[in-house]
Amino acid sequence: MFEANTLAVIFVSLMGLSILLYAILDGFDLGVGILLPLEQKDNSDTMIASIGPFWDANETWLVLAVGLLLIAFPAAHSYIFKELYLPTAVLLISLVLRGVAFDFRAKAAFSHKPTWNKVFKAGSLLAALSQGYMLGMYVMGFESTLAAYSFSLLSAFGVAAAYSYIGACWLIMKTEGELQIQAVNWAKKSGLICFLGVVAVSLVNPLINPDVYAKWFSWPNTLYILPLPLICFGLFIFSFIQLKQLPKVNDKGCWRPFVAAVVIFTLCFFGLAFSFFPYIVPNQLTIWETAAAPESLSFLLWGTIIVVPVIFSYTAFSYRVFWGKVQELRYH
Amino acid sequence: MLETLMLSRIQFAANISFHILFPTITIALSWFLFYFKLRFDQTSDPVWMRAYRFWVKIFALTFAIGVVTGITMSFQFGTNWPKFMETVGNIAGPLLGYEVLTAFFLEAGFLGIMLFGINRVSARVHTLSTLIVAIGTSLSAFWILALNSWMQTPQGHEMRDGVAFPVDWFAIIFNPSFPYRLMHMVIASGLTAAFLVAGISAYRLLKGDDKQAPKLTLKIALTVAALLTPLQIFVGDMHGLNTLEHQPQKIAAMEGVWHTEKGAPLLLFAVPDEEQKTNHFEVAIPNMASFILTHDLNGEIKGLNEFEGNHPPVAPVFFAFRIMVGLGMLMLAIAWFSRIQLWRKNQLPPWLLKALVAMSFSGWVATLAGWYVTEIGRQPWLVTGILTIRDAATDIAPENVGLTLIMYLILYAVLMVSYLHTVFTMAGRAVEIEEISDDEKVKPVVQSHTVVKG
Repeated sequence: MFEANTLAVIFVSLMGLSILLYAILDGFDLGVGILLPLEQKDNSDTMIASIGPFWDANETWLVLAVGLLLIAFPAAHSYIFKELYLPTAVLLISLVLRGVAFDFRAKAAFSHKPTWNKVFKAGSLLAALSQGYMLGMYVMGFESTLAAYSFSLLSAFGVAAAYSYIGACWLIMKTEGELQIQAVNWAKKSGLICFLGVVAVSLVNPLINPDVYAKWFSWPNTLYILPLPLICFGLFIFSFIQLKQLPKVNDKGCWRPFVAAVVIFTLCFFGLAFSFFPYIVPNQLTIWETAAAPESLSFLLWGTIIVVPVIFSYTAFSYRVFWGKVQELRYH
Repeated sequence: MLETLMLSRIQFAANISFHILFPTITIALSWFLFYFKLRFDQTSDPVWMRAYRFWVKIFALTFAIGVVTGITMSFQFGTNWPKFMETVGNIAGPLLGYEVLTAFFLEAGFLGIMLFGINRVSARVHTLSTLIVAIGTSLSAFWILALNSWMQTPQGHEMRDGVAFPVDWFAIIFNPSFPYRLMHMVIASGLTAAFLVAGISAYRLLKGDDKQAPKLTLKIALTVAALLTPLQIFVGDMHGLNTLEHQPQKIAAMEGVWHTEKGAPLLLFAVPDEEQKTNHFEVAIPNMASFILTHDLNGEIKGLNEFEGNHPPVAPVFFAFRIMVGLGMLMLAIAWFSRIQLWRKNQLPPWLLKALVAMSFSGWVATLAGWYVTEIGRQPWLVTGILTIRDAATDIAPENVGLTLIMYLILYAVLMVSYLHTVFTMAGRAVEIEEISDDEKVKPVVQSHTVVKG
């Protein structure tokens, strides 16, 4: 049997893991949607084929993340989503539009396909922007100030750029030829914006939240946490060097930018998690104040211990089945 | 100006009503697909693969809408009913958690292989993936109906300082109304999918499709419908008896019984009057309600007068119940009549095909009507005896709720039109497609235009 406090930490870790996996997995497929070139029919088909087998499962991580917040920290769930009521509605509607556009574009009358492509692109962009805006508001503690709104807008574009970046890296790995070269260019541009976004958030976050400042800049904490921004910075440099050289002969190292992007996402996530732990609503509510009853969390935990490794194995299996360049998905 | 409570209710009802349409199809359609694929593996007859290939596309489309509209639900439990999770979250949370962990990931995880993996994995793994998706959809019905049933007939918990804590999880999951509700809903899903398959197959035949696949799927769907309709009536009756025991006020509203009476008549039609607590324009069969509910012509039925201030609004429950039962009877009649016709003449006359096309989405209407009976019938409670709707409501400004409500309603209208249009477009397009050649019999190949289906 687990103690109440331990359970809260376990469940916030699980939730964090789901958010991170969501940001990476749905991040790349939202990114592919944002980058969709409306005039290039063949390329857009290939791009969408590259995410076809995965997007349903990718979005399930969002359901799990929000579900865990609802289940394990119900008071925080009400608090956060009441504050973010309108951006949440925008997010949901864009996710719905984008999801259905994905299916309608392939199945509706051919004449409607360009329209559904536009809906898919717009839905992906709007979903990324609203997530970024929500992240910004969260970091700013849901303040209703001009500074908070401006920062959230900045964060909206940062997240959209980050998703485009990881989406472009995904395409570099999954495609070849002209589309791959195009993806390299997208990765360079969006990578730069993403980098600036990360720098901006890293500067604003400690300046605006005194607790966060204290955490990052107190000896010896700084020493332990210093590798995190350093590695992140190094990875951006590494990616930019790689992107300059791609595509190489025999497509050597086409996976490197994507792996680097995944690690960058992970480091940024840990940076944020480190900043706010143990608060689940910044400076307002801790995980311990909002946790559900231990008997409920224990009941769910046993299942989680069994089920989550199974989920990981069949998710890995699915990615294994669709390994390699996306052209192989085409049946002629 | 409507108040937040009413707007939240309308919004939640709109979202959950729209959402449930799509899982209702996919829960059972996945089993149809598994059957088609299994038969193909056994017989190598390409007609099974053609049936599979056509219906897997409709499944993919329906499933996608189910997934994305379902995401909305995970946010709205908290935004629209904050007190719900604060009061019964200790019970509801793990049940929802298990739904996501055991059902959503399972179905979404194997969906990619089911839709796109046919040439990338062995036939056996592909069939297995189809089976796993089917199991996943059924598991999600299991968990969410366990939660819904617990809200109707809660047990296995204790209240401490106004918050519910779990005591016995087995009792919570297998609460009194759960087995009946689960059976009733799973069969409803079977009927919805069966009438959809029958209707769309009939549409293809009407459009001059002379291939084997639509004839085969029509026959299978009608067989399933003919078997499930009587079963559903039987299960529905048992569910009603269970409700009489645990939620008699809901039965009183369904039957329009204002005052406790012995030998209550079965009202075929009436207009309930909430003000005067009576019915107008009654068309009734004497003593029949008592007979159905108590198996005694003079059995006593508790009237709404015994639940003053604690019973649901009568008219919506009363009418929704009659719509559900009426449609059920129509489905019974048309399923049996068509199946017998098909058996005797091996084909159906055009008028009957047209009738089946008209009935394509009858399962939706019956299912929604049934849900309105049971959910409105739970009022004024959100969780029977524990939490009322009014106490659970949010304090968000009505303007915000109203604005998002309008956005959702526009979205759903667009989606519904697009969905129906697309399903019939796909059916029409299937008519044009050539028969598959012999070499594809060995190694199935997807038609080139379906390359990037989702």
